[in-house]
Amino acid sequence: MTTSVRIDTPRDPSQPGHALLEVENLHVEFRTRDGVAKAVNGVSYELRAGKTLAILGESGSGKSVSAQAVMGILDSPPGFITEGQIRFDGRDLLTMPEKELRQIRGERISMVFQDALSALNPVYTVGWQIAEMFRVHRGTSRKDGMIKAAELMDRVQIPAAKSRVKDYPHEFSGGMRQRIMVAIAIALDPDVLIADEPTTALDVTVQAQIMALFADLLRDSNTGLILITHDLGVVADVADEIAVMYAGRIVEHAPVADIYARPAHPYTQGLLASIPRVDRKGQNLYAINGLPPTLTRIPKGCSFNPRCDRVQDNCRVDEPPLFDIDSTRASACHYWEDVLAETAPSASSAQSAGTVQGDSRG
Amino acid sequence: MPDRSAPSDSPDAPSNSQASQKSQTSETRSGQGVTTQQSGIRPTGDFATPILPAAAPARDIRDTSDAGDISGSTGKPRSLFTDALYDLRRKPLFIIPLAVILFLAIVAIFPSLFTSVDPRFCQLSDAAKGPIKGHIFGFDRQGCDTFSRTVHGTRASLEVGLLVTVGAVLLGAAVGALAGFYGGLVDSVLSRVTDVFFALPLLLGAIVFLSNFQKRTVFVVAFALIVLGWTQIARIMRGSVIGVKDADYVLAARALGAKDSRLLFRHVLPNAIAPVIVVATISLGIFIVAEATLSYLGIGLPPTTVSWGGDINNATAALRTTPRILLIPAGALSITVLSFILLGEAVREALDPRLR
Amino acid sequence: MGRYVARRLLQMIPVFIGSTLLIFLLVNLTPGDPLLNLAGPRALDPNVRAQLTEQFHLDRNVFIQYLYFMKGVVTLDFGTTFSGRPVIDIMKAAFPITIRLAFLALAFEMLIGLPAGLIAGLRRGKLFDSTSLFASLIVIAIPVFVLGFVVQLFLAIKLGFGSPTVGVTTPWKDLVLPAVVLGSLSVAYILRLTRTSVAENARSDYVRTATAKGLGRGRVVTVHLLRNSLIPVVTFLGADLGALMGGAIVTEGIFNIKGVGGTLFLSITRGETATVVSIVTVLVLVFLIANLLVDLLYAVLDPRIRYA
Repeated sequence: MTTSVRIDTPRDPSQPGHALLEVENLHVEFRTRDGVAKAVNGVSYELRAGKTLAILGESGSGKSVSAQAVMGILDSPPGFITEGQIRFDGRDLLTMPEKELRQIRGERISMVFQDALSALNPVYTVGWQIAEMFRVHRGTSRKDGMIKAAELMDRVQIPAAKSRVKDYPHEFSGGMRQRIMVAIAIALDPDVLIADEPTTALDVTVQAQIMALFADLLRDSNTGLILITHDLGVVADVADEIAVMYAGRIVEHAPVADIYARPAHPYTQGLLASIPRVDRKGQNLYAINGLPPTLTRIPKGCSFNPRCDRVQDNCRVDEPPLFDIDSTRASACHYWEDVLAETAPSASSAQSAGTVQGDSRG
Repeated sequence: MPDRSAPSDSPDAPSNSQASQKSQTSETRSGQGVTTQQSGIRPTGDFATPILPAAAPARDIRDTSDAGDISGSTGKPRSLFTDALYDLRRKPLFIIPLAVILFLAIVAIFPSLFTSVDPRFCQLSDAAKGPIKGHIFGFDRQGCDTFSRTVHGTRASLEVGLLVTVGAVLLGAAVGALAGFYGGLVDSVLSRVTDVFFALPLLLGAIVFLSNFQKRTVFVVAFALIVLGWTQIARIMRGSVIGVKDADYVLAARALGAKDSRLLFRHVLPNAIAPVIVVATISLGIFIVAEATLSYLGIGLPPTTVSWGGDINNATAALRTTPRILLIPAGALSITVLSFILLGEAVREALDPRLR
Repeated sequence: MGRYVARRLLQMIPVFIGSTLLIFLLVNLTPGDPLLNLAGPRALDPNVRAQLTEQFHLDRNVFIQYLYFMKGVVTLDFGTTFSGRPVIDIMKAAFPITIRLAFLALAFEMLIGLPAGLIAGLRRGKLFDSTSLFASLIVIAIPVFVLGFVVQLFLAIKLGFGSPTVGVTTPWKDLVLPAVVLGSLSVAYILRLTRTSVAENARSDYVRTATAKGLGRGRVVTVHLLRNSLIPVVTFLGADLGALMGGAIVTEGIFNIKGVGGTLFLSITRGETATVVSIVTVLVLVFLIANLLVDLLYAVLDPRIRYA
């Protein structure tokens, strides 16, 4: 399905550019009393050391579920991984014994959640929760753990970190709580960091600060970041690659500049067109027709066909595979060539879209 | 018109953000300190767990929430109550208790359909005799027919249970709804009053109260239990109303100029009543136990009224020799109570989306 | 924290005054002559009547009478029984026994209810869960006095486990069976409460975080899940302690224990209103104090509450 090549030999994950994490043909379904919801339907991607992959999609597109599957924290039941492989460092996490998985979770792969208030345990101090990483994985003493926690809080730019280690999560503001979440995630210097909508619950100005923090922390590190978001604006500055998800599939996958300049899928095109832009002031804002499909009844053929402007008869029957456009990008549209041709001239305006987004977040 | 102050103004009302964090813990923390969920009648614990109001998010399957909301084949969104009914119709744990309760109601109203023996016709010569033809469960220590007494005892239990539940729901729901809806001073005063009654355990309070009465009719016993048993309903109603009253649709109605009474009766109550229905059903069983316990202690219904509690009391002296006399009314009592509790549980499960 | 304690204490005062007033009114607001019932069917000797009127201040209005009553409560002067024995002496004899019984019952509740609730909550929808849930409903549905007799009959008398009645010295081992009966209802509640709480928290984000942190299953369950799930259970246990003291009335009656419940039971049958009211007042006090302690414990367990 994707361009990823399977390599079985373990490699040095610290070497930049290597595929640290490879997700291949992942299928996840939720068995609810209203039927089987197919949340993820054959997703493949890979993350290289030191790179940032943004997974973009609306709620219900399967972006968070696929991340939870990687992390091994899918609610099961009702969620089940029915097919696929998740390889970290060449080894499949899905078949790995729990004991080994535990050494990878938190230590090699860690995660930042959307809502830090509920993701932090309300009854322990933040210092304790950060220190837990060192105590459990490194056997650090309680006292040293707290010292390290204070250092980390300092690193994620929490003011007066030393005096706040013994405060509880509810005593922090939303942005500060998210910083604590980040501190826990980077505590053991992981190879892969998964950030699941890390800024969605925050104010716009705080969002920018958190994204700046990520950029700051990852600048000189080999940590690969998977940034899950529904906000096109968030990803522009940070991501190297973007995978756009729709109804549990990746519909377009490309380097970040290409997506903004020349989307190759009508859905991506629609998403970009629905961003308010300063240079189109006074014009009607574009909106994609209809609603995302319910995952128990995904449309036949191309799952986007009921909402697509350029839908043809075969879109309602044939499910498009992810066509390789070139070595770096792919699109799951039968007519990707037409889409690409149409968007080609507007490269310059895409540039301004990025700027607008940057402004709105600053 | 009383000022509608925000719940956070009241010292012990939960702020909205608190309430939305975690419905259960925040409800536990709301209200009168920690005892919110505790009840004077001890159907505490998760029975008292407030059910999410209809406005709350339905499912917890993150990221597939849109998938969970579709309703089978019709595709129409179901309301909480129709959804619950749809659920209940096919649940044996709902159907069976309901059938038992309907049957018990018939027994209570027309006991003579089931036995032609007079429960008050007793001959000491028959005392504690075993089953014979026409008297399938034999006789008790006074020589009365055990089966007939058990059949006729149904009425007293159901009467008291029903009277107390209706009374407690009316009183408790009124107090709780007013406290929750108006907040502020009204809430503080009503909540303290609730606390006062709550502090008196149901059984102990009823004993003290009833010990004043020489003539204890069904109504006197019911009155005692209502006076002491309404607090749990009030607390649940209050919590539920607070959870609903700031919902957007209520605010919208208010913005459109709806009067307080209309807001309360048309918008808030219908969405806040579900937990009360559940607790009321379960409480009915608990109140029946309370009445039976009082009668057993000799301070409830008088010996002249045929009641299960009284008969069990009578049977205790012969426990070692003829346990049958005790076990038959006790069995009837337990089945009755179990039916109400199961019914309440089934309804609660159907109404509480979190439990699915 | 300090402010929270102070506020709780302040809130308790009106509740305590209100509750005691309520008890007092429940006893004294009955229409008719309060002394009429006292002597039963016999007529009351005028001298005794005068003396009782004096003793209970029956010639004063109800609120003055309440103040006298409260004075008695505060100074631990609860008056005497008909036979002239001070009520406080009766209480001194009865309370240690009931406290022992309640302690055993509480231990039984936690020993059975908590682990069973935890397992049921973790294995929601599985066999253990549904069986224990159903069993707990049956226990809840069987009135304590029925359960007491059934246990007495089948366990003690027929099978010879434990003693059907408790000896004069109330040894601990005789109290085990009554404690099981007394605690059975609460076991069912604790099981259900723990189960609900665990099942709910098991889905919470912070438990996910704990797993994502790479913690072992045991640590996730005990340190993160159980610690948070215990908060409502502790609340219940506090309220339950008060209920156990009062609920002992039936159990103690069945097993012939001379504790608070047994004494209360006897006083009711003998129509000794003063004793009944005094004991109930003390029990309400115990209940209020238990709730206050739980409130404070709750604030320790849940840091969010301290700032609420």
